[in-house]
Amino acid sequence: MSAVIAEHDHHDDDHAHGPEKGLLRWIVTTNHKDIGTLYLVFALTMFFVGGAMAMVIRAELFEPGLQFVEPQFFNSMTTMHALVMVFGAVMPGFVGLANWMIPMMIGAPDMALPRMNNMSFWMLVAGVLLLASTLFMEGGAPASGWTLYPPLVLQTGKALPFAIFSVHLLGISSIMGAINIIATIFNMRAPGMTLMKMPLFVWTWLITAFLLIAVMPVFAGAVTMLLTDKFFETSFFNAAGGGDPVLYQHIFWFFGHPEVYIMILPTFGVASTIIPVFARKPLFGYSSMVYATASIAFLSFIVWAHHMFTVGMPIAGELYFMYATMLIAIPTGVKVFNWTATMWKGSMTFETPMLFSIAFVVLFTLGGFTGLMMSIAPSDFQYHDTYFIVAHFHYTLVPASVFILMAAGYYWLPKWTGHMYNEKIGQLHFWLSAVSVNILFFPQHFLGLAGMPRRIPDYAVQFADWNMISSIGGFIFGASQLLFLYIVIDTVRGGTGEKVSDEVWEDAHKHGLEWTLPSPAPYHTFTTPPTVIPTEHI
Amino acid sequence: MSSHDTYYIPHKATWPVMATAGLMMFLAGFANYLNHSSIGSPMMMIGFAIFIVMLAGWFTLQATESESGMYSTQVGISFRMGMMWFIFSEVMFFAVFFGSLWYTRNLSVPWLGGEGIGAATKELLWPEFEAHWPTNGPAKLIKGMPTEDGEFEPMGAFGLPLLNTLILLTSGVTCTWAHHGLLAGHREQLIKGLIATVTLGFLFVAFQAFEYHEAYTEMGLTLGSGIYGSTFFMLTGFHGFHVCVGAIILSVVLFRSSKGHFKPENHFAFEAAAWYWHFVDVVWLGLFVFVYLI
Repeated sequence: MSAVIAEHDHHDDDHAHGPEKGLLRWIVTTNHKDIGTLYLVFALTMFFVGGAMAMVIRAELFEPGLQFVEPQFFNSMTTMHALVMVFGAVMPGFVGLANWMIPMMIGAPDMALPRMNNMSFWMLVAGVLLLASTLFMEGGAPASGWTLYPPLVLQTGKALPFAIFSVHLLGISSIMGAINIIATIFNMRAPGMTLMKMPLFVWTWLITAFLLIAVMPVFAGAVTMLLTDKFFETSFFNAAGGGDPVLYQHIFWFFGHPEVYIMILPTFGVASTIIPVFARKPLFGYSSMVYATASIAFLSFIVWAHHMFTVGMPIAGELYFMYATMLIAIPTGVKVFNWTATMWKGSMTFETPMLFSIAFVVLFTLGGFTGLMMSIAPSDFQYHDTYFIVAHFHYTLVPASVFILMAAGYYWLPKWTGHMYNEKIGQLHFWLSAVSVNILFFPQHFLGLAGMPRRIPDYAVQFADWNMISSIGGFIFGASQLLFLYIVIDTVRGGTGEKVSDEVWEDAHKHGLEWTLPSPAPYHTFTTPPTVIPTEHI
Repeated sequence: MSSHDTYYIPHKATWPVMATAGLMMFLAGFANYLNHSSIGSPMMMIGFAIFIVMLAGWFTLQATESESGMYSTQVGISFRMGMMWFIFSEVMFFAVFFGSLWYTRNLSVPWLGGEGIGAATKELLWPEFEAHWPTNGPAKLIKGMPTEDGEFEPMGAFGLPLLNTLILLTSGVTCTWAHHGLLAGHREQLIKGLIATVTLGFLFVAFQAFEYHEAYTEMGLTLGSGIYGSTFFMLTGFHGFHVCVGAIILSVVLFRSSKGHFKPENHFAFEAAAWYWHFVDVVWLGLFVFVYLI
């Protein structure tokens, strides 16, 4: 992005309202920065909660046989790990970034609908509380996998209605958050900030918000039918009454496929924001990035049944969903090409945010390639429901979405706090994460290809070696993340003690409006809009 | 400069937290109720009460702010975008149930009857089942239980549903007529139009309740009558709920109109209510065609 402010305003101080005092500030706040912080802290907390569950899973799988937990509890762990990470960590993490950064990037005083912004955060907390409460219920937390397929999920004990209502609350939260983002981007841009001048992070969030509004109600509808099937005699997913359990799978994945792009598109946006700064070049192919994002979003709606190749669809369906899925590789390839071309002949430096971003480009591409393998329907019959799938989507989520959330943290922490993080520990965190994440997930490809099924607490002995290696990688990865926690706390409390400049990173002000503001960013920014003028940099 | 200077950013929001607390308590209570726990009903009632108090408080706050001119044109645009995208999310919610109806009726029920990929299913599971619509499935479910030859009577399109179609369409006209009154500064026309719209809305709900009563007592048609009953009641039930919500919103708008609120150039609440009402109207047309008529 390339834009500068012609006249910087200094009206920040004469705004009457500062933050409330004490704890109440965080409960009643309507300030986009406060709410962004709430989201980010919540996401980081949930990252460790979900991570603890993953540690349970990897500990149990360290050796064949049953070691630590009951099979039912193991299945609850895989289910809850997924739900907590998706709805509690990754999505709120990106919503937190959106809250903090979008108004500052487009020169707006705040989000368009500040009261609703507050409500979307608290609805999220309510939803996750309901979900977490199921862990302590008779019959245990849901153990059906995060997809909640009937008829299996209908065997859940007392937790079922709580889990369903938790999905409703999470849906309400996401929809309100998304509406707010769309209204902010369409209605609150500073004069001169045309759509095609917006930073790509803003663009990807605009498109993600559209996906959220389109598919969260679909998930809500699907779980509502689970509820009525269980408690109100309906037979949507019961063949005896003329329904079809596969109907649930179609509806779920009509939500579920766009949902995975909801987690990856803002990832693309942050990567497209960070890479140009550290390559000291404008982003290569800005408009093709925008169109590629929109194409991926469109395709996400017409490929859902590639998650269900083995369910017994008509052959025409298999073929259609196979070819449509392959198309996704094209816009995604455009993106990977553009990131690479941005770095080409750039004056690159390798600070922690850039390291995480480069690792993202490499490892996400790897996850994308396995996705391409699975799009081939006849091959997918071998991969389906094995650890190959687990390896694939963890490559697209952990060294992609999670790495980019880390990169974003390192990149913007100095702007948020006014302090510099410890670069040495940051790089240590990166190298430990990047190496261990591959020890953790790469062997799972081999396990899957050899036929090890997902979601089981025990396995045949021939899978023992790779599982042990994977678990060791998992433990190192889990422990390494404590470094990130340390760095965040340390930076908030003063970091290296070095005074950071407004632009923090060399020439960052050429890339985004947020770097023209003071560090730390004052409580209210752009109360009068900046004038955005294009530079030669675009 | 532009209206950008005066964008109103509220501070210290207390209603959103209360909304969350009320809704969470209501849902947790509902879940407990479904689990046959005795604390379920009281929790639901308390949660509901909190939610109603919150609605009254939040609506009053917004109305007061709006009438005192705190909302610039730009703020109004944010509100309108919010409402538009909210309605879009509702469209997607209804799409799920329309989609389920289409899928079961055109694909999975014929497969159960042995068509296409269902040949083996039919042979192995229910060889006697012949696909047809409406159906309560191979197990002939009545009130959710399998029967030998349980039958139900499907809901016809002509009679009450057709009358209800006319009622809702008329209410859409009266709503627009009220809007014209508001724009032209004819307050009497505004209020009369709104009274007519709200009355027609509740009349629709009353007829719908009567239809449900008939279905449950006379026709053997319940939520438990297999996939036909499931889709029928889920679609019409959620629609009826939305008509209730829309009529209540319009009642609030009517109340505010009688207090002298709204100006030709500033009446977001009216517009939002009207958009919602037309949305509910359009969903009904879909229902009338796909659920009742064909």
